[in-house]
Amino acid sequence: MSMLLEVEGVSKSFGGVVANRDISIEVPEGKIIGLIGPNGSGKTTLFNSIVGYHPLDVGSIRFQGREISNLLVPQIARLGMLRTFQQTRIYGKMTCVQNMQISMPHRQSGFSQMFAKYPKEVTEKAESLLEFVGLFSKRHLMAGDLSFGQQKLLEFAMALMNDPKLLLLDEPTAGINPTLINGLIDRLKRANAEFGITLLVIEHNMRVIMNLAEHIYCLAHGEMLAEGMPADIQNDQRVIDAYLGAH
Amino acid sequence: MNTTDRPVLLYGGILMVGIFLPLAFPAFQTQIAMMWMMITFALTWDILGGRMGYNSFGNIVFFGVGMYAAASIQHELYFDIGQFEVISNQFNLQLTPEKYVFGLGLGMIVGAILCVVMAWVMGLGILGLRGQYFAICTLGLGVAVGEFAGSIDYIGAGSGMAAPVFPLAMGSAGLFFSYFFFILVVATFFSLKWLYSTRFGLALNAIRDDEDKAEAMGLHTTRYKTVAWCVAAFFLSFAGAGFGHLNGFIDPLDVAFPGATFGVWMVLMAILGGKGTLWGPVVGAVVFHVTQEFFWSTLLGWQRVALGLLIVIVVVFFPLGIMGWAKERWPERFGHKIEESPS
Amino acid sequence: MIGALFALAAFGMALVWGVMNVINITQGEFVVLGGYVAVLLAENGIHPFYAILVAPILLYGIGWFFYQTIIKRVVDRDLFTSLLATFGISILLQQLMNQVFGADIRRAAHGYGTWGFFDGLVTVEQVKLLAAVAAIALGGVLVLFLKKSRLGQAIRATAQNARAARIMGIDTDKVYAATYSLNAAICGAAGAMVAMIWVVEPYIGLVYTIRAFMIAIIAGLGNLSGVVVAGLGLGVAENFAGFILGAEYQIAFVFGLLVVILVGRSYLLGRKREYLK
Repeated sequence: MSMLLEVEGVSKSFGGVVANRDISIEVPEGKIIGLIGPNGSGKTTLFNSIVGYHPLDVGSIRFQGREISNLLVPQIARLGMLRTFQQTRIYGKMTCVQNMQISMPHRQSGFSQMFAKYPKEVTEKAESLLEFVGLFSKRHLMAGDLSFGQQKLLEFAMALMNDPKLLLLDEPTAGINPTLINGLIDRLKRANAEFGITLLVIEHNMRVIMNLAEHIYCLAHGEMLAEGMPADIQNDQRVIDAYLGAH
Repeated sequence: MNTTDRPVLLYGGILMVGIFLPLAFPAFQTQIAMMWMMITFALTWDILGGRMGYNSFGNIVFFGVGMYAAASIQHELYFDIGQFEVISNQFNLQLTPEKYVFGLGLGMIVGAILCVVMAWVMGLGILGLRGQYFAICTLGLGVAVGEFAGSIDYIGAGSGMAAPVFPLAMGSAGLFFSYFFFILVVATFFSLKWLYSTRFGLALNAIRDDEDKAEAMGLHTTRYKTVAWCVAAFFLSFAGAGFGHLNGFIDPLDVAFPGATFGVWMVLMAILGGKGTLWGPVVGAVVFHVTQEFFWSTLLGWQRVALGLLIVIVVVFFPLGIMGWAKERWPERFGHKIEESPS
Repeated sequence: MIGALFALAAFGMALVWGVMNVINITQGEFVVLGGYVAVLLAENGIHPFYAILVAPILLYGIGWFFYQTIIKRVVDRDLFTSLLATFGISILLQQLMNQVFGADIRRAAHGYGTWGFFDGLVTVEQVKLLAAVAAIALGGVLVLFLKKSRLGQAIRATAQNARAARIMGIDTDKVYAATYSLNAAICGAAGAMVAMIWVVEPYIGLVYTIRAFMIAIIAGLGNLSGVVVAGLGLGVAENFAGFILGAEYQIAFVFGLLVVILVGRSYLLGRKREYLK
């Protein structure tokens, strides 16, 4: 089992506030890994560090064995690691299909590719992915006109369009109607099983993450608190205390 | 009306206008030439401002550099500079038609190359700025270059330089440049139309809608931004070369780098017509140019005041512009769907 | 000493920016208007030093007018809209001043002399000294006002968090109006002094706007002492540049400096993978 992502001893502070202290996690290829912790425990900061949004203070991050902590966001994205945003970010003044088209992988894009038109296959793939997330009938609408939940699905579809090897999902079920959550979990599992995409998921919804993840890391106050299989984490007293203590 | 017939009729109609308007109204040839030039201004501004979300107040630098490059090449080619050390405004170069056109052509090519390189180099530092910082920085750039040009003796320093005199044998300068600018605006329009239909267009829009997201998805944002500015620079340099020769006289602050007039109008026209749309800048430029001529003839000195007022009114009360407003009102007619489309 | 005036204008600009998130391109034109007040007073036999009191009052009204008609509507929109709106007002004012006052340069005759030290090696114009003193006094009054008065505190609260301020019962609209008008008044006072020390003409406003902007971004929006230092620094730098490169390059220097500062800042931030917000 090879490690797709290795985070080793990563620390990051902002001003005087320590957001992450000496965090280490491993994401094996093909798995679904969960990242939980009460609000303010540093989960999103860790995500931001991994995707290159800011430089690290200390530590190393390796993707497919290659050190990426000194790379820029677009470079890391082109290596095959994408993230979705907590607030859900899509291109509001373009149609859903266009959002998908522009999310094509940019890995081999040379200079001449900039001026090419999109071949039929791209549009077909875009439409089939939109179908996969249930947005096919809305494909020609402006992305900005969709509801929040629909935008989240679009963002997910866009990520799939980009053929990532590793997808970092920041609270994918936040703000979604509870009746639709099962559908989303199902799609995440299928993306992992059918498309072979490794997932690292931040979640607050315990039911979702216990159902989804094969291995879970729990952060609290910027540090690693516990890790293990869902059943173990659920019963871990430290984790329970951290959540209860946070309220 | 059949949608496939419409463009042909429209384009054919415009072609007729382009050919016959200056012939029908010889007294207005310069204004007609300028109208086509204004449309070019608005279209080139819209690449960065409307499509990409980077509002530039400094595109005028390409206009001026193109202007000076073309005029300088003209002088360099046909006159031994060794005799006179500077190209001063006292000196009027008389050329034969062949020499004039050749010199102008070569000058424009040199100017275009120069401007594209300039855009690329400036882009390295300036396109990294976002939002309002980009706007203000380009504003500063526009003024700085203009002031700087006013101190270069080679091109006449503050007193400016004269472009070669339009050869009498070629007829009216107004007519020549009416066609020149018409060809330029048509070339610009169709080039951009094609460009926006490729990935390039979507990439620009993505950068506008959410640049961070575009980066996070692996888009080569720097590449696209730079090319966009280079494209704008390219077409503007031709406009500058043409205008310098049409005007006959090149002054650094009033003719070549007029940030307070052309520079600002570029922005206003595109917004007035509807930024981010293909016809918006065209409509906006025509409306603006006609309005401006009207103001000039009726309000005289107060026309600039009226234009300042116009900027404020458009920006505050009418930010979508004409085409933007039309799209909101009749979305279906512009292909913007508001209902679902099942398979 | 000249820098003190730049610092005043910069302080006003930073105030409006911090409170309302509006970059006021009209800043320079307010300064010039203040200058014209001084000119008009001087031409009518009143000593222009009184303009330092009169101009702010007039400019407060003008600022208030523009706030109610235009600024109010663009405060909540994106920064570019407010930028363009204030830019439009600045062009409007420029052309209006050109029509009304003519394009010639004007100055306000003050009749102050110069003091010479060391046998005339070092000369200090009295007016510049007086202006510097006035600027400092004005600055001091402003700081006190912002710290102690109710309106001043309301302004600072709104700058920190507009929504919270609103919940606390502060009428943000009134605060915005007061801030904008106050800024115009500050510019007016500075302008009155400018007319006495140098000249005014309708198109000189943009340079002042850019100077104020540069100082504001170097010093940071909340940093008063930074603004003063940066303002003085800019004044010195400009004089130096004018001395070395020649007077005709002075304006090019200011704008060129702006570009350099912005690009430089962007580069430095880029190394931390941030960008200017």
